[in-house]
Amino acid sequence: MVILQQILFVAALAVMARFLTRRIGLIRRAIQLGRPENRTDRPNERFNIMLRVAFGQKKMMTNITVGLMHFVIYVGFIIVNIEVLEIVLDGILGTHRLFAPFTGVIYPFLINTFEILALGVWVVCAVFLIRRFVIKVPRFQSERHPEMTRWPRTDAALILTFEILLMTAFLTWNASESVLRERGVGHYGELKSVGNFVISQFLMPLFANWSDAALVVCERFAWWFHILGILFFAVYLTYSKHLHIVLAFPNTYFSDLKPKGEIKNMPEITKEVQLALGISQADPNETPAEPGRFGAKDVRDLTWKNLMDAYSCTECGRCTSACPANITGKKLSPRKIMMDTRDRLEDIQHGWHQHGADYDDGKTLLGDYITAEEINACTTCQACVQECPVNINPLEIILQLRRYKIMEEAQAPASWNAMFSNIENNMAPWKFSPGDRFNWADQVNK
Amino acid sequence: MTEETNYQVPTMADLAAKGETPEVLFWVGCAGSFDDRYKKVTIAFVKILNQVGIRFAVLGTEETCTGDPARRAGNEFLFQMQAVANIQVLDGYGVKKIVTACPHCFNTLKNEYPELGGNYEVIHHSQFLQQLINEGKVMLKGGGEFKGRRITYHDSCYLGRANKVYEAPREVLLALDADLVEMKRSRTKGLCCGAGGAQYFKEPEPGRKDINVERTEEALATGANTIAVACPFCMTMMTDGIKNKDREDSVKVYDLAELVAQAQSL
Repeated sequence: MVILQQILFVAALAVMARFLTRRIGLIRRAIQLGRPENRTDRPNERFNIMLRVAFGQKKMMTNITVGLMHFVIYVGFIIVNIEVLEIVLDGILGTHRLFAPFTGVIYPFLINTFEILALGVWVVCAVFLIRRFVIKVPRFQSERHPEMTRWPRTDAALILTFEILLMTAFLTWNASESVLRERGVGHYGELKSVGNFVISQFLMPLFANWSDAALVVCERFAWWFHILGILFFAVYLTYSKHLHIVLAFPNTYFSDLKPKGEIKNMPEITKEVQLALGISQADPNETPAEPGRFGAKDVRDLTWKNLMDAYSCTECGRCTSACPANITGKKLSPRKIMMDTRDRLEDIQHGWHQHGADYDDGKTLLGDYITAEEINACTTCQACVQECPVNINPLEIILQLRRYKIMEEAQAPASWNAMFSNIENNMAPWKFSPGDRFNWADQVNK
Repeated sequence: MTEETNYQVPTMADLAAKGETPEVLFWVGCAGSFDDRYKKVTIAFVKILNQVGIRFAVLGTEETCTGDPARRAGNEFLFQMQAVANIQVLDGYGVKKIVTACPHCFNTLKNEYPELGGNYEVIHHSQFLQQLINEGKVMLKGGGEFKGRRITYHDSCYLGRANKVYEAPREVLLALDADLVEMKRSRTKGLCCGAGGAQYFKEPEPGRKDINVERTEEALATGANTIAVACPFCMTMMTDGIKNKDREDSVKVYDLAELVAQAQSL
């Protein structure tokens, strides 16, 4: 019986590892579709940002109530995983609470800590479900935010429900097992000295009238449900917005270090401008560079960091609820920009899977996913960049799409074209004579 | 204003002809040069510069658009044409330090010109005014007309989030002895006036509301009778918002430089 469970367990681990490595490989390939960009300079600064923003959750704490609740889930997740180590070893070795005999009094202390955190996670997940679906926090509502329909909405509900089930299983396992220990049943009795645990002891009365056999079934079921749930969850993560729990760390490490107002330069244009202005001469020996695309039409024109941003997005909508365009009812939503970028990447992968690696579905990010109306509404105010708890930069994508629209397709709103020609001809965005630029000085002494 | 007051606005070309270089170049910007409302801000700032006796100069007709709206709209080519040409002019005069009353010019000159070879010390006029006040060069008589006057400050995106200048403008207002009240969304959370990203130069996309109206409502909710701004585009957007709300009689929009000039009766 034990050996059968061991075989099943190792098989489950192997299946998870198989799916997980496949998904990780696909996501890695998807991110590598992006253009190169060096984000490895100033490593100390980067490490500090990662410590503060990802590890320390600094930006989550701007709303302290929600920040602390999120912190409970975060700490719970990390700490409870120490327990998962024991569970996995038990599963492989066919042991039971492997660490208990070695760790003495520390063991109950550890399990008690896990249980308190598990209860915390349970409660916070319940509160988060209530916030989403009962109190209806505006940034999650599909009536107001069309990107939050169907899968994104289900995904969020699934994750929270799933975490509640996992924590319930963990506490049920401990409770049923504590009863078995108390009764001295089989090998459970050998760990009698461990005693009862701080939270699950309150669940023990539920099992008071259960037979030993029923309790063993319950204990095994809860144990298996919990660990298989976690293994399933690890794979599910890679399909879900929940991937932020992993990518938040690299994504903050590779943060944009320049001031938020600075737009990335296009060196390929500088060369042409200098030639046009007669500042530099064309080098006759130089082979003309491959005419690249100006700006971005599809995900391949974005940088790998833009694409990692897309996979790091957890769709919390802090960006969108700070976006002046969105607040006033325009179609632009920075969250949707990130979700569209990710959807596009997923669709490309789907194409690879179905039709091979050369497949082109003829779609592009700009046009089929994101419209000109959306990107034109951006005020470049950087509120979305400021708000993102994992330092995602939706503005950079918006600006790259604008560059394509203007420089490759020459499609600008008519008044922008007028502004462009004013700058070109009158040296100001308005149609004033450049010779009148200094006329204001005449009024200084009036 | 006394009879003998004679404010000077030297140009770089004037000074170069005399073999002089100023301490600082005042970059006026297109709005400061052409927009009737913001010209008053330019003049107020020039008066302050004259009064404290700083050797400054302007480019006059040699100044051109920094290219900011072109770059933000996506026209990188036009932006760089402007930038490279401006850098040639600035470097031609050996400019080291620039002060400007426009956060968009400020951001572009400070953050975006270096990569094209233009390296200058660039400060915004709010920081400049704060320095003058701190150094005692501008003396504001506390308890004057600003005592108890309710002022709310609207953060410009390109000053605040873009360059983390949040406190300098506020310290200038506090030095006026004004009653500074904050809007619900301020500093890092400040709501854009709706002009940035070249929005100023086109009609907004369809929506429920104009952004400047949303922001003006927030400013009015503070009960302030003065909205202080530090950006020509915020100035227009907030002024239009006040008109939209029919409050132009009771609520005024002023730039920091104008308030400082008022406090000094310039």
